[in-house]
Amino acid sequence: MNSIEVLSRKIESLADGLPPTTIMEVCGTHTHAIRRYGVRQLLPKQVRLVSGPGCPVCVTAQEDVARALALARLPNVTLFCFGDMMRVPCGTASLSSLRADGADVRICVSPMDAFEFAREHPLREVVWFGVGFETTTPHTAALIEAGIRSGVKNLSILCAHKTMPNALRALLGGETRVDALLCPGHVAAITGADAFAFLPEEYGISAAISGFEPEELLLAIFALLKMQASGTPKLVNAYPRVVNPAGNPAARSLVETYFEPCDALWRGLGEISSSGLSLRPAFAKWDAGARFSMEPVAAVPASGCRCGDVLRGRIEPNECALFGQACTPEQPLGACMVSSEGACAAYYQYEGAGI
Amino acid sequence: MKDCITLAHGSGGKAYRELVERVFAPAFQNEYLAPLTDAAVCPGSGRIALTTDGYVVTPLFFPGGDIGRLAVSGTVNDLAVSGAIPRYLTVGMVLETGLPVETLQRVVRSMADTAAEAGVQIVTGDTKVVEAGGCSGIYLTTAGVGLFPEGMEIPPQRPEAGDAIVTSGRIGSHGMAVMAARHSLAFDPAIESDVRPMARAVRAVLDAGCIVRAMRDPTRGGVAGTLSEWAGTRLDITLEEEALPVRADVRDACAILGIDPLYVANEGVVLFSLPAKDAERAVAALRTQTGCEQAAVIGRVSDGRGSVFAKTRIGTFRRILPPSGEQLPRIC
Amino acid sequence: MCLAIPGRITAIEQEEAVIDYGGTTRRASIRLLPDAAVGDTVLVHAGFVIQKLDPESGAELEALLKEIESL
Repeated sequence: MNSIEVLSRKIESLADGLPPTTIMEVCGTHTHAIRRYGVRQLLPKQVRLVSGPGCPVCVTAQEDVARALALARLPNVTLFCFGDMMRVPCGTASLSSLRADGADVRICVSPMDAFEFAREHPLREVVWFGVGFETTTPHTAALIEAGIRSGVKNLSILCAHKTMPNALRALLGGETRVDALLCPGHVAAITGADAFAFLPEEYGISAAISGFEPEELLLAIFALLKMQASGTPKLVNAYPRVVNPAGNPAARSLVETYFEPCDALWRGLGEISSSGLSLRPAFAKWDAGARFSMEPVAAVPASGCRCGDVLRGRIEPNECALFGQACTPEQPLGACMVSSEGACAAYYQYEGAGI
Repeated sequence: MKDCITLAHGSGGKAYRELVERVFAPAFQNEYLAPLTDAAVCPGSGRIALTTDGYVVTPLFFPGGDIGRLAVSGTVNDLAVSGAIPRYLTVGMVLETGLPVETLQRVVRSMADTAAEAGVQIVTGDTKVVEAGGCSGIYLTTAGVGLFPEGMEIPPQRPEAGDAIVTSGRIGSHGMAVMAARHSLAFDPAIESDVRPMARAVRAVLDAGCIVRAMRDPTRGGVAGTLSEWAGTRLDITLEEEALPVRADVRDACAILGIDPLYVANEGVVLFSLPAKDAERAVAALRTQTGCEQAAVIGRVSDGRGSVFAKTRIGTFRRILPPSGEQLPRIC
Repeated sequence: MCLAIPGRITAIEQEEAVIDYGGTTRRASIRLLPDAAVGDTVLVHAGFVIQKLDPESGAELEALLKEIESL
């Protein structure tokens, strides 16, 4: 018997004696892996997996996307971003549509590409559109460090980085149906497992840090159910080959050097205190917002959109009236349909057929 | 002064004639082109297949190929999967002023080499020049004519329940090669496109006596696109994910960039839908052909509702939706 | 979020490592893991090495299962 069979049998026999249990994952790559491998098909009916706010593309506020678009429209600006952000719509435009219209928007795999480009093109103003959680923020910090070390003058950051713990607090503090949390393995690789210890301690909720292979996901789910069964919520590190208690100190200290916590807007969830990062005042000149005077933008959420409820685990994507009708991956209205990692987009893509 | 394309080359005058005589005629040399008249007059009879396609790829040269090889292969492959024997090609070129003549020569030589490899002749052409910024170096439009020999069955292009799906080779190489080159992704060694004419490979399958219900070269939209179209509204297609041949470097690049190889464009691959009993014969025939050494049965067709599924390595199923939009590298 | 792929470091030049993924190689920064060494199996996210993988992970599943069973 292979480990998938072993684990699914263990889960099944354990779930037998449990009330319906809702497990939320808060990592877009978990969402993707769960759908990609059809992990739900291996779980008993009582175990429900829902996707929380773990996709940086989805939770990036419309206001931040609007600022990126405004910057990309400036004739002397070259805007670098991850491919994920290209198709995020804001009104009728996206970075992708601006690029088609002639704006200089470039996709990179590493933020350091923006640094290399800035060095080679001193007459262009290069802006890095930094999005992502603890795993990705250190990259932006390293970019600033490289900029400072080399003395480049034409590089700045549009910072929309976010942090996980307070978002989870906001989520669990409100009305939610979540019984247990699958914690993001690659965020924990940086923050350390201990960063998630507050989940059982403050909220009495079981938490397991998981990897991204189906075996690893099943193992973490098994751990969560086991804790549900015994009534002793804890934090289990089910991804120890990557995650240690303290995380990556070099990455964290680099982030602390350049960034400080700030209140942040989450698409679908609204403002959450101390859930974002902004440049420390000493490094304000690296802030694209300060370098280019930009009008503040107010975004209007799509009427009828229930992404907030989806992100809180209150409803399944297909319970929203817009899902698959007005809101599709081709024409997304809500946060969760925007990226293929979003709860609604992933649901649409992998479960549309009802398998 | 550097030898570059100027507006004079598009004027139809002396500079244009020089370009034809110096660059095009020697490379494409054949009896139908030689008179350099307005239309090529070529032999042929019976039913013909006719196709056309435009090529605007950047960069013009990418590991494993270039826009010229791509244009000839693309048109040859469109003809080949119709079941016809590709014979004649035409080429229309849009050139940007400032393009080095040497670059044009490389592309033209590549077209000529690829045409020879495919057994087709480039019999007529046209050249226009646009001002700088009007195109990115070279745009190509090719048209192709293929012939159906007397008595030959023309594939109906309709898969049926009970068919097997066969790929002629490893998938995803072309799209990943171009993406890596376009975004300077610096894989080492560089990912090479598999762009190639597939006429001989298709012929090998037909000559082996296989009944071919449908064939297609899964270019834009990749394997997922072709299979979604084949599934239509009344069939389901189920892939065996573990049977999908993907080159190791392409697999790695896809993993790093978060891209599913099923959605990546191919230019040297043909998919076949044929009765399951003919599948192994088709695979064996393909494997004798260059570039098809990894031909494999990758799925099956059943009655259904127009869905494509992939059976994963852990025995579960995931749905393969029709492609939407350009594939972009992602990090989440 | 956070697509991260494991690979092996085959060379290091200043702050850049050459990562062998099995089918191809690509460079990645080791600025976030300065003590990374040639031979290490590491996790790479968006062009940066972010963590070292535990070489003992072979027997991991079984050990973890045992641990979880006792919860």
